[in-house]
Amino acid sequence: MTTDTEIQAPARVERRTGQASWTTTVPAWVITTISVAIATGLWEFFGRDVNPLLGTYPSAIVKAFFSMLQTGRLQDALIQSSQPFIVGYIVAAIVGIPVGLLLGRYRILESALGIYVTAGYATPLIALVPLLILWFGLGFMVKAVVVFLLSFFPICINTWFGVKAVPKTMIEVGTAFCASQTAIMRGIILPATIPYIMAGLRLGIGKAVIGIVIAEFLTAISGLGGIIITSANSFRTAEMFVPVILIMVLAVALTALVGWLEKYVAPWQSEITGHDSV
Amino acid sequence: MAHLEVQNITKSFGTHHALDGVSFNVEKGDVVALIGPSGCGKTTALRIIMGLETATSGQVKVAGRPVSGCGHDRGMVFQHAELLPWRNTLSNIGYGLEMKGMKEPELSRTAMHYLELVGLTLAKDRRPHQLSGGMKQRVGIARALAIDPEVLLMDEPFGALDSQTREGLHGELLSIHAKTQKTIIFVTHDLDEAVMLADRVAVMHAGKISQIIPIELERPRLDMRAIRTSAEYSKKRTLIWEALHDAGVSAAA
Repeated sequence: MTTDTEIQAPARVERRTGQASWTTTVPAWVITTISVAIATGLWEFFGRDVNPLLGTYPSAIVKAFFSMLQTGRLQDALIQSSQPFIVGYIVAAIVGIPVGLLLGRYRILESALGIYVTAGYATPLIALVPLLILWFGLGFMVKAVVVFLLSFFPICINTWFGVKAVPKTMIEVGTAFCASQTAIMRGIILPATIPYIMAGLRLGIGKAVIGIVIAEFLTAISGLGGIIITSANSFRTAEMFVPVILIMVLAVALTALVGWLEKYVAPWQSEITGHDSV
Repeated sequence: MAHLEVQNITKSFGTHHALDGVSFNVEKGDVVALIGPSGCGKTTALRIIMGLETATSGQVKVAGRPVSGCGHDRGMVFQHAELLPWRNTLSNIGYGLEMKGMKEPELSRTAMHYLELVGLTLAKDRRPHQLSGGMKQRVGIARALAIDPEVLLMDEPFGALDSQTREGLHGELLSIHAKTQKTIIFVTHDLDEAVMLADRVAVMHAGKISQIIPIELERPRLDMRAIRTSAEYSKKRTLIWEALHDAGVSAAA
């Protein structure tokens, strides 16, 4: 009785091919690589003419990188920095996502507590670091707290707004089929909010990086932030750039990791939008 | 006792009366269409029957039991299907069953049965964005039927589809009804859809049912072409058109 005549709809979203020119056929990573190569080349070329106190250039940074690697200074600093970073960030995600989900779902919680999250997001939390030092000392704890504070708010606020963006009719599907509040939260709201949560996690990485570096500037001078500030104070500019670039590379890698995580936990998302997340 | 009883339901938003005393009964296995202009309250009535909204006053009974809130005795088909984008076809059909507490392997077996009923066996593993509008709505219908409800409620189920797909789905729904003998209430603004599918058409206007028009076309209605050209079809189509038109004119006056 029933037919499968409509089954011929495309099983996969195909990208438009048609008239292919190099602007559409060259892979994105090739373009990115060429761009980075040109930028590095220009920096090397013009950077060599700059007073080494005021600027530096790529090959000098690479040289400094290997000498710091040899003394083991860089590895020690990386370990020192990454521990509070990881702890602070993961706790921010573990707390921020559920809090955001609850704020978005329950009107009473939203009106009672939403204001603090909005305010916390807008507050220059870095200004509180001197006070935090009094509370948590100068070591691991204060760094983890700073990272937590800075990354918690973007993660939480994005999750919260993500819940608000879930279409009402989608939730009504749950209601109409008598889903419990927990089933609606886990089976509809959470999956529908994943793109926002991931955006929050990405923004959180950027904030957490700022947090760890500033914390290391202001607390016991240690870790990668410590290298930055001691090198800058003694005008070793190339040396200063080593941790700066290392942090940048790590942050980019972490951001890519979140993008990969999104594709892993929400594979339907990139299929729907038809492009990969950055 | 009627299978579905809607007893004098009203719904007010402040001073605005979206529903102003709506009553009707539906016998088991009957198909009733609610038709009327936008804002006449037809969708509100359906949502109250489903329990998605509460009536200001009045009562709804399914198989003799008064209903409040959701219930697996009623299955809802949404206007835009509203499939969950992360679930494939089979698992979307199984959603209501899961919420009903059904476990594997019965869950997949039942979902599979309804997948076959709507003819989407080949699209079993696809996600909603890989389905056409018509296919999505067939999944929506299968999802609602799968919980084996007493009453199937449909909110402008074919309104968002192109006319060819819509007619295909009309045929599909007629054959599903012939097989399952479900009691169906659907909301529409399409005259042809109302006459083709319904046993009775309730014409609504300004929160009230202004007229209930019986459609005396034999079931099963398998030959849609013959029905379309029948005298009863054009007679009832005209009658409903006039009922809608009269209501519109009296509203404008």
